[in-house]
Amino acid sequence: MSDQSLNSLTESSYEKNLIARFPGFVTPDHRDGYEGILVLPEKLVEVAKVLKDEMGYDFLSSVTAVDYLPDKKMEVVYHTYKSIGGPILVFKTQVSRTDPKVPSLVPVYPGAELQEREAWDLMGIQFDGHPDLRRILTWEGFNGHPLRKDWCEPYYEQETKPFRSRWPAAQSHRKEEQTPFGQNVNYPRDFDPDSYEPDNDAMLYASLRNSITKESGSDLVSDTLIVNLGPQHPSTHGVFRVAVALEGETVVGLKPVMGYLHRNHEKIGERNTYLMNMPFTDRLDYFSSMSNNFGYALAVEKLLGIKPPERSEYLRIIMAEFTRICNHLLAIGFFLNDLGAYFTPVLYAIEEREFILDIFEAVAGSRMMCNYFRFGGVSRDLPEGILEKIRKLVYERLPRKIDELDLFLTNNEIIRSRTESVGVLTPEQAIAFSESGPVLRASGVPYDIRRADPYGIYERFDFDVAVRYHGDSYDRYLIRIDEMRQSIRILQQAVRDLPAGPVLEAKPPYQVMMPVGESYGRVESPKGELGYYLVSNGSPNPWRYHIRAPSFINLTAFESMCIGQKVADLVIILGSIDIVLGEVDR
Amino acid sequence: MDGMGIIRGLGVTFKHFIDTFLDDLVWLGKRYYTKEGLAHRMSGDNRGIFTIQYPEEKQPVPEEFRFVPFLVYDEGSNGERHVRCTSCGICAEVCPPQCIWIVRAIDHKTGREIPEPKEFYIDVDICMNCGFCAEYCPFDSIMMDHDYELSVYDRHSKNIYNKERLLKPVSYYSKIRPTNYASEIAAHAEAESIKSAMQI
Repeated sequence: MSDQSLNSLTESSYEKNLIARFPGFVTPDHRDGYEGILVLPEKLVEVAKVLKDEMGYDFLSSVTAVDYLPDKKMEVVYHTYKSIGGPILVFKTQVSRTDPKVPSLVPVYPGAELQEREAWDLMGIQFDGHPDLRRILTWEGFNGHPLRKDWCEPYYEQETKPFRSRWPAAQSHRKEEQTPFGQNVNYPRDFDPDSYEPDNDAMLYASLRNSITKESGSDLVSDTLIVNLGPQHPSTHGVFRVAVALEGETVVGLKPVMGYLHRNHEKIGERNTYLMNMPFTDRLDYFSSMSNNFGYALAVEKLLGIKPPERSEYLRIIMAEFTRICNHLLAIGFFLNDLGAYFTPVLYAIEEREFILDIFEAVAGSRMMCNYFRFGGVSRDLPEGILEKIRKLVYERLPRKIDELDLFLTNNEIIRSRTESVGVLTPEQAIAFSESGPVLRASGVPYDIRRADPYGIYERFDFDVAVRYHGDSYDRYLIRIDEMRQSIRILQQAVRDLPAGPVLEAKPPYQVMMPVGESYGRVESPKGELGYYLVSNGSPNPWRYHIRAPSFINLTAFESMCIGQKVADLVIILGSIDIVLGEVDR
Repeated sequence: MDGMGIIRGLGVTFKHFIDTFLDDLVWLGKRYYTKEGLAHRMSGDNRGIFTIQYPEEKQPVPEEFRFVPFLVYDEGSNGERHVRCTSCGICAEVCPPQCIWIVRAIDHKTGREIPEPKEFYIDVDICMNCGFCAEYCPFDSIMMDHDYELSVYDRHSKNIYNKERLLKPVSYYSKIRPTNYASEIAAHAEAESIKSAMQI
């Protein structure tokens, strides 16, 4: 029995205040297993302003859309936090499915920009007042809205897995051999390939031209050059494209274009059962797979109301902190790669990462796609001899090598002169743009979920929250070295205190019986706040499965960080935000 | 002094450069293509290059490593094969990309189903190597293999593995996964002893 229903009965004082101030427009969400308040669309912007300015809920963490096909409604769910720490406040608004129009919250919370575009793209909800409502994860001529419940993909077989065709009567051929034209594409009924003319990104370039901040009063007449950086580019950390408007070498306008790696992970998640989703979460942020597993396991365990045993809690922390070191080593390495230090620092960092990946391989079975966490613990215990290897790494090799990296890179004059004061993000901007993780902490806001809203057993560990105050790319590099040192501290304590015991209480069945309700589980992943929003209707498959991807939302500030900088600095700023396209595009 | 940071960094690189070849010299050239050299390069104590010269030398994979699944058969006294799989279908139900296809065998005379798979296909192209089939099989009949050198020239005809391709003997399983096999034997022995204790 989860305690979600208890939450819906005892609203927080903030929620009560809002209900009293806007009678009739704000009501508590009394659905079984749900929490938060329901706001009518007419008063949404006003309620958001009150929340942000008067009640201190200035950090909009996630904007999600849910399609309730049986009720003929669509719901937009907003999760907000205070940037000084504390529990969540969820507010939602409901609109009809046939003409979904919601006022945009971008004037109040600028961080909602990319997420509202995603809700428009994948669900079809129109946001009135959004500055630039275009499709973001699918291409601009895409037909339909993929996450709606009545939209079927081209290889559609059945609504939910497991498919009846696999057992007991097998079809020994692939679905792709059965589709007409053999292609993973559904053409709309009235599509005529001869008369179709692609618009060649006209909307993208038009919005880019509209966003150019031109300096007036200069008597030099110059043309603005529009250049595409990517999607095939060695320094964009994946298939990521940036349309840049340049005057000479200075950036005057910038629009990120993503979606080249979009795999519709959330729709696949709705077809899967809860257990089947676990290996898919590995593939989100593929450099730090244990963190993704952790967030999903937390969200499901919140719904189920179960807690893992002690030993597996410690193992989870050990794996999560190793993942943080893995990721930061790679982030620093590729940041240096973007600067031009071609491959020497990366390979020094990758060498250390290899030893951590060997530990993952011995424990979980696979270096990158670990699939280690289960609901109620971890899948298997440490094999023989691994604890010795972990101790050797944590006490001897890793601290020495992190110090060596620090000595090697931190005071290098070239790095300092190229990254100091480049891409400055003020703390107010960082909170407004919903940045999280190292980007937020490098701007001076000491918000770390492991301290602000602890999960697992992080309260027992003694570590500092790394903060830096300048908000430039150099600070974003320094903070990753700081965080690696703090991770070593946590690891040393966890390895010292690791208790004996079971790692999974009574092997759970593969079909998990979920109670009805929603849950939002979030972890401090190495890139930022990774959140999983799950809506369950009691069936073995999730009704809605949304990932609050930190890399995706950290890109909201990319534009404002780059305006006025040179093109070469653009690559550095992108490297310092540290994105992974698997997470940006899902 | 300006430039000290760069010089100190170059000092680190120079140390790495010396260490790279120092280890090779100390080992007098026996650092590659020998078992001791491989073990030294894989441990954390090495200071030199730690490249493993694949394909001449291969890094031994740990026991838990999971690649494509395989079916296990027990070998009888006459060399006959007892396939452990009973085609219960749990692996097909739990597989995330749904790459396992099973057809249950039907007894010709009675028309009833027998707990054996007539056909068992795994589409290796979409297998995620997650290991759920091996984890949730109640009869220990499907296990994760260690062989990763499976490239072929034509994926349409060769990458759907049928039952013959998937069946491997228990001796192979105990060789690649000794600890798992030992715990399986121990669990069976415990179950047997509990059963015989209850019968007494």
